Amino acid sequence: MVDGRLPQAYTTAGSASFLEFLQGHAPDLVPGRLSAAAGAAGTPLAPHGTTIVALTFEGGAVLAGDRRATMGNVIASREIEKVFPADEYSAVGIAGTAGLAVELVRLFQLELEHYEKIEGSLLSLDGKANRLSTMIRGNLGLAMQGLAVVPLFAGYDLDRRHGRIFSFDVTGGRYEEHDHHSVGSGSLFARGSLKKRWRPGLDAAGAVRVAVEALLDASDDDSATGGPDTLRDVYPVVATVTQAGYLRVPDAELAGHVAALLDERRALHRQAHPAPSTDPEAAR
Amino acid sequence: MSMPFYVSPEQLMKDRADYARKGIARGRSVVVLQYDEGIAFATENPSRALHKVSEIYDRIAFAAVGKYNEFENLRVAGVRYADLRGYSYARQDVTARGLANAYAQTLGTVFTTESKPLEVEIVVAEVGATAADDQVYRLSYDGSVADEHGYVVMGGQAERLNGILQAGWRPGLTLAEVLALALRALGAPAEEGGEPRTLAAAQLEVAVLDRTRPRRTFRRLAGGLLEELLAAPVGGPA
Repeated sequence: MVDGRLPQAYTTAGSASFLEFLQGHAPDLVPGRLSAAAGAAGTPLAPHGTTIVALTFEGGAVLAGDRRATMGNVIASREIEKVFPADEYSAVGIAGTAGLAVELVRLFQLELEHYEKIEGSLLSLDGKANRLSTMIRGNLGLAMQGLAVVPLFAGYDLDRRHGRIFSFDVTGGRYEEHDHHSVGSGSLFARGSLKKRWRPGLDAAGAVRVAVEALLDASDDDSATGGPDTLRDVYPVVATVTQAGYLRVPDAELAGHVAALLDERRALHRQAHPAPSTDPEAAR
Repeated sequence: MSMPFYVSPEQLMKDRADYARKGIARGRSVVVLQYDEGIAFATENPSRALHKVSEIYDRIAFAAVGKYNEFENLRVAGVRYADLRGYSYARQDVTARGLANAYAQTLGTVFTTESKPLEVEIVVAEVGATAADDQVYRLSYDGSVADEHGYVVMGGQAERLNGILQAGWRPGLTLAEVLALALRALGAPAEEGGEPRTLAAAQLEVAVLDRTRPRRTFRRLAGGLLEELLAAPVGGPA
C-alpha cells in the first residue's frame, strides 16, 4: 500500500462475507488458525464454559447459560457470560474453551452485521446457522487438541414465524433440534429436566422458568455448572428471541424464578426429612 | 510510430476535473443536514434497492452522488475498512476521520494515476454524543476533503440548493424541520422563476444517524413513518 489508497481486497466486488474477507486479507486475525503447542493432552490450558440450554415457546425461543467457567478443578470465573445476541433475531450460547468461544461469537456477530450492511437485507435463519457451522469447522484443528467450541443457536424465523434451535458438533455438523436442547458438561442433567418440564404452548415467562430450572438441575449434579448465586446476585444469562427481537431477561425477574424454585424444593426436602429433634434425650 | 502530443500537467488535471464534475452534476442532489438529535440524509431516489445513503458502522454513514458502480465500490470498501478496524481494535476506535482519510487517499490516487477519475462525490458523517461532536466530511473526486458544519449539498444543482439551505438552516432544528427544508431544496425549480415540485415520500430516500439510539444509530425512514414526519406542521422561517 505504497500510495495510501485502500488495498485491492477492499474494493473487490462479490463477497458479502466478513470471514472470507478476513481470510483473504488478514488471515492472522482469523481465530482457530493457530495450532496449540503439542502439549500434555487433557491438561486444562484455558477456562472452559459449561452448560447452555435452549427451548422453544409460543412465538419464540429461550436461550440460557450458567455463569461458571472452570479450569480443571478450579472455578476460573463466577460471572462469565456465555449467551450473546447474534443479531436482532437470534442468540448464540457457547460451551467449550471460553477464550476461543468468545472470539468466535464476536466474529459471528460481525459476519451477520457485515452481510446486513453490504447486502441491505437480513440473512435467513438457516443461512445464519450455516455460517456458524462454517466457523466451527474452521476450529477443527484446535478442537482435536482439546480446545473445542460447541455452540447452541436459537432464533426467531421471520419467514416461518416461530422459534427454532440448532445444535452443532466440532466438525461443523449442524442439526436442527425440536422443542428443547442442551449442550455442555451439565447437559445430561439439564436435558432430563427439560424433558419433564417442557410442554407445548408455554408462554415466554413459563419458558424462562423451565430454562432456569434446567440450569438449577444441571448445577445440582455437575460440578462445572454454576448454580444461581444469591449471595453475589449472579443469575444465569437468559434471553428470549421473538418477533420483537432479542431481549435479555432482567435479573430481578430471574431472582423471582430462582426464589420460587428454591422455596419449592426446600419445602419438599423438609417434608421428606423433617429437622431432627434438638432434645438431647432423643439423641441417645 | 507517432510521438504523443505534449500536454501540460495543468491541462491534464483540468481536463480530468472537468470530466468528473460533468459526471457528478448529471445526477440528482443529496442533502445532508444536522438536526438536534442527529444527522439527516435525503435525496430523490425512487429505487428501494439501489441506495445512495447507507450505514457504514455504529455511528457512521455514507452518502454519495455520481456513478453508482463507483460509489458502491467505495461503500463496500468502507464497510470492510470499518468492520476490520472494529474487529481488530474496538468498536469505539472506528472513526469517520480515519475512513475519510482512507477515501481521500483512494480518490486522490485514482485521480492522479489512472486514466479516468472516479465520478463521485461522497459524504462521510459521524454522529457524536452532542451536536458539537458531530463530524461531516465531504470528499471530492480529486481526493480533497472538507470538514463541513451544518449542511452539505452534493450533485445536481448543488450551488442553487446550497443557497436554499444556507437561508433555512440554523442549529437546533428538529428532524421534521430539517426534512421540510430538505424537501424544499430537493424540489426547487431547476431555473429561477420555475415551478417548485412537491416530492412525495415514495420518491425519497431518507435516512438518519440518530444519536438517541443505542449502538447502531443508522436508520432508514420510509413508508408511513416518513409520511408522518413530512406531514408534521413545521414552524420557523419559511
